[in-house]
Amino acid sequence: MKISLNWLREFVDVPVGADTLAEQLSLIGLEVAAVESVHPGFAGVVVAEVEAVAPHPDADKLRVCQVNAGTGESLQIVCGAGNVTAGMKAPLIQVGGKLPDGTAIKASKLRGVASQGMLCSAVELGLADEADGLWVLPDDAQPGTQLDALLQLDDTVIEIELTPNRGDCASVLGVAREISALFDRPLQNAEPAAVTPVHDDVVPVALAAAADCPRFLGRVVRGIDPQAASPLWLQERLRRAGIRPISVAVDVTQYVMLEYGQPLHAYDLAELHGRITPRRAAVAETLILLDGQSVALDEDFLVIADEQRALGLAGVMGGADSAVADTTADVYLECAWFSPAVISGRGRRLGLQTDASYRFERGVDPQGQRRAIERATRLLIDIAGGQPGPVDESVEPSQLPTAGPVTLRRERLGRLLGLDIPDATVAGILERLGMTVAATATGWTVTPPGYRFDIAIEPDLIEEVIRIHGYDRIEAQHYPLPQVMKREPEQPANLSRPREVLVQRGYQEAITYSFGDADLQTALCGEPGLALANPITSDMSHMRLSLWPGLLQALGYNRKRQQARIRLFETGLRFFLQDNEIQQESVIAGVAYGGRYPVQWGLESRPLDFADLRNDVEALLALGSDDWQLHPASHPALHPGQSAGIFIENQMVGMLGALHPGHQKRLDLNRPAWLFEIRLDAIGRETVPKFRELSRYPSVRRDLALLVPTGVTAQAVLDCIGDNVPDVLNKLELFDVYQGEGIDSGQKSLAVGLTFQKSSSTLTDSEVDAHVDRVITALNQAFGAELRE
Amino acid sequence: MTDLEELTRAATEAAADAGDLATLDDIRVEYLGKKGKLTEQLKQLGKLPEDERPAAGQRINEAKQAVQQAIEARKQALQEAELQQKLESESVDVTLPGRGEQPGGLHPVTRIMDRVRRLFEGIGFEMAHGPEIEDEFHNFDALNIPANHPARADMDTFYLQDFPFLLRTHTSPVQIRSMREQGAPIRIIAQGRVYRCDYDVTHTPMFHQLEGLLVDENVSMAHLKGILTTFLQAFFERDIKVRFRPSYFPFVEPGAEVDIGCLFCDGHGCRVCKQTGWLEILGCGMVHPNVLSACNIDPEQYTGWAFGMGIERLGMLRYGINDIRLNFENDLRFLEQFR
Repeated sequence: MKISLNWLREFVDVPVGADTLAEQLSLIGLEVAAVESVHPGFAGVVVAEVEAVAPHPDADKLRVCQVNAGTGESLQIVCGAGNVTAGMKAPLIQVGGKLPDGTAIKASKLRGVASQGMLCSAVELGLADEADGLWVLPDDAQPGTQLDALLQLDDTVIEIELTPNRGDCASVLGVAREISALFDRPLQNAEPAAVTPVHDDVVPVALAAAADCPRFLGRVVRGIDPQAASPLWLQERLRRAGIRPISVAVDVTQYVMLEYGQPLHAYDLAELHGRITPRRAAVAETLILLDGQSVALDEDFLVIADEQRALGLAGVMGGADSAVADTTADVYLECAWFSPAVISGRGRRLGLQTDASYRFERGVDPQGQRRAIERATRLLIDIAGGQPGPVDESVEPSQLPTAGPVTLRRERLGRLLGLDIPDATVAGILERLGMTVAATATGWTVTPPGYRFDIAIEPDLIEEVIRIHGYDRIEAQHYPLPQVMKREPEQPANLSRPREVLVQRGYQEAITYSFGDADLQTALCGEPGLALANPITSDMSHMRLSLWPGLLQALGYNRKRQQARIRLFETGLRFFLQDNEIQQESVIAGVAYGGRYPVQWGLESRPLDFADLRNDVEALLALGSDDWQLHPASHPALHPGQSAGIFIENQMVGMLGALHPGHQKRLDLNRPAWLFEIRLDAIGRETVPKFRELSRYPSVRRDLALLVPTGVTAQAVLDCIGDNVPDVLNKLELFDVYQGEGIDSGQKSLAVGLTFQKSSSTLTDSEVDAHVDRVITALNQAFGAELRE
Repeated sequence: MTDLEELTRAATEAAADAGDLATLDDIRVEYLGKKGKLTEQLKQLGKLPEDERPAAGQRINEAKQAVQQAIEARKQALQEAELQQKLESESVDVTLPGRGEQPGGLHPVTRIMDRVRRLFEGIGFEMAHGPEIEDEFHNFDALNIPANHPARADMDTFYLQDFPFLLRTHTSPVQIRSMREQGAPIRIIAQGRVYRCDYDVTHTPMFHQLEGLLVDENVSMAHLKGILTTFLQAFFERDIKVRFRPSYFPFVEPGAEVDIGCLFCDGHGCRVCKQTGWLEILGCGMVHPNVLSACNIDPEQYTGWAFGMGIERLGMLRYGINDIRLNFENDLRFLEQFR
């Protein structure tokens, strides 16, 4: 909200400059976002009267004007504006003056005709966003008057970012009240004088929804001049608040809203038919709003209706049919109090955020209607004439909000703040804030003013006291934290170890969005995932089922930037449905692309393969218990012959493999990408190492070269060996795999090293031979394995 | 006996001149071998009169020792030289890069979160976690943000399409879950992803927050000021100024916004702090009684404070990351700067 400092000064004495005021306001909770001079920065601009206009001898679109700039002699100005006419008054930048952008105006010749300055539009002076020709200044402006003085540009605008609880500050009066409390200066001009009615016309009103609208003030003003324009000073104040002037009746209601925080609405009296009733809308009732939009309503909305139709959406926006037009002479002013509950959120449901709904949903002063309608009437008749009728007030007092007394305990104040504040200071601050304060034995009973909708409980009062007293008066204190030593598992529950493992293996951590594109996800994971109701873009519309889509996109992003070797990992949640319940599972996932090692001397570059990826995965799994296994498994994202599931206790906890060649092509990757994703609970499982006695006896190693059919997995062979020599097999190593020359095409050779050891005695050769024979026999029976000659 | 002296001199000279070990060995054989010239001298001893033999023997032995020493000295010198030569031939270019994998690195957001976690764990705060798909109760209602409240509208919430859930707009629902589970007293830190329907130069629809909560008997705003000042000074490793300003968050009362003295201009005013000398860093306040009540904690017996801040904001201030969107583009040229 933008507030003019000059306007503020009409209500309270401001004993400091704009910058200090801004800082002080910020420190009492009205955060100032900007402090700006309202002067656009032009110089040497005066009011000029155009005395004569003649055509330019050499240019159709230019005119040669004689103007009176109050200097006692006519100046010749060449002007290209279409609306220049003799007798008009317009701003003139004199020779030596400058435009807001700093351009200096010099005496010059335009197409051979001398020009001693420049007549301007409001846009050229930086005082409007659009203009239609020269700025037509009021007839009573005296030639030679500095425009700065005419517009009172010696002013500063303070832009305040109001928090949602401080609707009471959404006005000049509201901010003035804060300044009054802050500097302990009296408020002035807060209650305008009543305007004496000159006729008795009223429009009957029925409070049909008294809980929503317990107070409704109306006033008929007849015979205003529909052509009257808002005076410059009023237009300027609206402009400084960011509001564009429209017509007198509308400008006046806007002005009073800015001044007192009370929205008003002006109707064309001729368009009202019978009694006015604030009531809930009927289901599917439609209304065409001021902005031309047609809205369909329901019982959630409050409308202002006459006997024929809804006239406007209460507290949000008026209707088009009953709006004041440029021919309207008889006006009906509405000034009502609407309950925040019936306004809140209604504008947003229709895509509307208006200055009125902003104020009503935060709460306006329930006592502020009469003040506002008197002020609006005064301004209206001063500017556009007209005969005011009486203020017609309909009120249901029992439905008006009452600010109940709130208890403030001295002890609680001190305890919550960690600061003792003298009683007199506490009471003084609250009183300056317009509260009624009664001392009690333990503290105070405080009744907040009606315009404060944010004071309901004790801490609200405590905040009021300390924000005016000063947050900076609270001394930082050390809180004596009790020492707690947790019974913690040895595996740290946080992610630092798995992250560290991958970092050491060359992976760079990535963070990708938790939502992505439905099509990509369907292609990679087989389904689109949970949909967002209001996605920000279509490629961020579905919750991720896996971290792979995001990582693959990051891979593609880096590929497009000439990165040849990419290793990325991410930790985070994946989201899916299980038995119609949303699951949020914490996983760690990675993608590896390019060579096994970074390009370097002394290491032959070779592409990554499955075993390389598996090695990374094994390093992660090694952080948990070692009872995991890998088995072939399929996934729509992965190459069917190069993918595996990671199993713990027969449950799949993760997958790894090569990106499916189809996806590889679609993602425009010229080499395979390798992927893994593992549930974090599989890695973080608690394992406390258990010590086993070291054998004092020598071990015996036997190497076997086994020929097995190619379809037999290495794991099956190793498992079979392990099962057959359970106790004495100390170590089992697979040290070669060979297929090719010298071996039948359907077979492969596996070289394994078996290390035997007993804890109680030395193994004899014959014992070892027996073990080996048993292993060979078992392998032969299971797989037809034979020893390679 | 000049013969012996001459022999000794010739032998030591020859040893000293020997260019390699083989030549030196030849010299040893020539003088000290079984048929060596000095050995021959000993053999000649028998020919001398008996009373001269001891003296002559001693002289010959001394000569032999002298030659032996000369040979040994030369041998050591030659061996030393040979080793030197071998070492020289074996030297490697130590400036060649190490072979193997190059380590990667952590994301700056993770670095910040780890740093914050360590600082708070160090004083006994416990990490708490909560889901990212949340319900209205935990994200709003229990935090004293009723339906239709302007503060709820300000949150730009993402909702799920077919389920009555939303993406958490802040980490504050973790407060609710933790308090409802553990009751009071409690002290926790929560951090993680949050989501808001906002995407422009200074907003991404997902970002990270950090949340702190302490509830106990006799906890005051002065303590909040104490811990945040300590934390911010520890985090930035500087004695920065910390300023509290009244502000509004529905789940705290009194509420405050915290500014730190600008890190870039030391409070003198610059472009980053918009000439104010201050940088907004976090929001905080005393836990609202309605929030405690929603968590079955008696607000008369207990008071507490809570604070929340943006991790990316901290990353911006500590690392100078000048565009929040960089955090989620995952450009290696960006990520690799945080190794």
